[in-house]
Amino acid sequence: MNRSLSLMLLAVFCILIGCSTAPVQKEPIIPAKRPVSEYVRPDVTYTIEAHDPWEPMNRRIYNFNAIFDEYVFLPVVRAYEYVLPDIAQTGVSNFFKNLTEITNLTNSLLQFKIVKAVNTFGRIMINTTVGLGGLIDVAKTVDGIGRENEDFGQTLGFYGLGPGPYLVLPILGPSSVRDTTGLVADTIVYSLMMQELIGHLGMNDTQEEILNYSLTGLYAIDKRHTESFRYFMTGSPFEYDLIRKLFLLQREFLIDN
Amino acid sequence: MKSIVQMLVSVLLLGIPGGTAAAYDYPFQDPYVATIIGTPAEFQPKMPEKIDYDLLNVKVFPERTPPDVFWYQRDFRYSLSYQQEEAPLIFVIAGTGSSFHSSSMIFFQKLFYQAGFHVVCLSSPTNMNFIVTASESSVPGDTVDDAKDLYRVMTQIWEQVQDRIKVSDFYLTGYSLGATQSAFVAKLDDEKQVFNFKKVCMINPAVSLYTSAKILDDMVLRALPGGPDTFDAWFKQIFKKFSEFYKIMSHQDLTHDFLYEAYRAIHKTSSPQQENMAGMIGTVFRLSASNMLFTSDVMTNFGLIKPKNMVLGSADSLTGYLVVANRTSFVDYFEELFYPYFQSKRPGLTKAGLIERLGLRSIDAYLRDTPKIMLMHNADDLILAPEDLAFLRDVFGARAKIYPFGGHCGNMEYRDNAAYLLDFFKN
Repeated sequence: MNRSLSLMLLAVFCILIGCSTAPVQKEPIIPAKRPVSEYVRPDVTYTIEAHDPWEPMNRRIYNFNAIFDEYVFLPVVRAYEYVLPDIAQTGVSNFFKNLTEITNLTNSLLQFKIVKAVNTFGRIMINTTVGLGGLIDVAKTVDGIGRENEDFGQTLGFYGLGPGPYLVLPILGPSSVRDTTGLVADTIVYSLMMQELIGHLGMNDTQEEILNYSLTGLYAIDKRHTESFRYFMTGSPFEYDLIRKLFLLQREFLIDN
Repeated sequence: MKSIVQMLVSVLLLGIPGGTAAAYDYPFQDPYVATIIGTPAEFQPKMPEKIDYDLLNVKVFPERTPPDVFWYQRDFRYSLSYQQEEAPLIFVIAGTGSSFHSSSMIFFQKLFYQAGFHVVCLSSPTNMNFIVTASESSVPGDTVDDAKDLYRVMTQIWEQVQDRIKVSDFYLTGYSLGATQSAFVAKLDDEKQVFNFKKVCMINPAVSLYTSAKILDDMVLRALPGGPDTFDAWFKQIFKKFSEFYKIMSHQDLTHDFLYEAYRAIHKTSSPQQENMAGMIGTVFRLSASNMLFTSDVMTNFGLIKPKNMVLGSADSLTGYLVVANRTSFVDYFEELFYPYFQSKRPGLTKAGLIERLGLRSIDAYLRDTPKIMLMHNADDLILAPEDLAFLRDVFGARAKIYPFGGHCGNMEYRDNAAYLLDFFKN
């Protein structure tokens, strides 16, 4: 992403998040007929509740993400889907899935999940060679070896670290303090690997930089392309709460497996 | 009974086509299983995996701005799939709480599109987007008012798309609550004559909304012998299981679609109990009810769950309200918001009078005398009281196609049902 665009996005983001739109209270508040204070008991933890001390900020970021999605991300993704034939889109998805196997491999090893590590290693070998640099998922279609799902957030969870507060990341969406830490670690490993790979192509610095940015951009587009979620289409005024809980429960499940 | 359920579920899970050479081969004869499982893909008609459609918006009330807490509901959303050449246009109305984009709606969109129709999919008047952007009162449930709201939106949609597509005739259909509403829309159209619907098909309509709502409320209670306080524990079980099996972000409709899928996941390993299945169906509708109730409460500043006059901002927590809303049933909605709201608008309105108004019996004569309306229903539909089925058979006579089983909307995606539906509209 070029620097001025990043700065502009950052500015828009700060405006949206920063300006607290405290609602204007015009008339005196009359207690509800079914008040929360009566129906929600403080000594009970309800299923839908979550550790979310930064909820107002998180909700603002969630809203920002929805706007970003509508005006920036999805139009770009739609253009991408319009231009590229379906088969090429699948190729791109497979290509990035193959590159990000490094995350599955390192984290399977860190958790001593040997079978997962071996499977992932096998997938990388097969898909990089027979699968033409990862464009075709031969390992899955021919050998029936499916993709694992391990990341550093799960590794931290595996060693007993709790999720910490819930966190909605700009553009990326639901996370937690633990999983964001994990994401940073995984991204560093991935970037080091990419630097090493690109370094072998024998390009000059400018070319390398261009390639790097292009790949990052394409990766982001592919990520959004493969994700069918659309903000505020669930038909529930409680979407934020439902997504939050589903996310946290799913992370719990992934750590246990 | 339990062993039949077990057998049926195992048949499904093993993927063995059920039934023998009987007259009607829809695989599930238990209405609870049918309602939850619906129609597995191998029993559906062959359809393309995806079709082209446009997601479009209309601003129904130009002067209306949504409250900050619902800032994202700016326009009414719908989908259009159109043919290049002249073709009939069919409007499809979704069931309780569902959006134009729920899995059943996508089924009908593909089915009709493939059969050569232009298709417009409409969210239910009980869906949040509809309540905020297209309902005049923002208090859904009155079938006459809902029909007016639907008709207004349909007219605006037609104005929006008529330059783009060539339409020969107009048709109308809907399932569940959407079916009940389609009869009222057809009646209104006979007066206003914007579309002059050539044919209308009602799929699994409720006869009396109040009776159906009560039946669905009772289903939740059956699953909660410990009383309404144990709803949370029940809900947790469903929710947790769902998060394990499915990728959270890939679901559009966080009520019907996702809960039924969760249920299927839970019972991959254990056999379902009928009370649990009833509870599941009831819970699905309970979530629709809580979405509807809270949305309506905020829009009207009624003061049922949200304190009256309190203005919620776009970043305010709604979690506490959700806990209260989950404890609230359809009948609570009727008693505590719907009835008092309309009573204040229409002095002299009695509860019995309002209940009478909400259903097909109030337009009995119209339904009898209008041959273009056809009915598809199931003899074991869970939302009907026994006298409702008798009423439908009497009113529709030969225009009623009543299947022996299929539960509530479970068989509407079954290939025989789909073929019958298309045949009705095409011939």
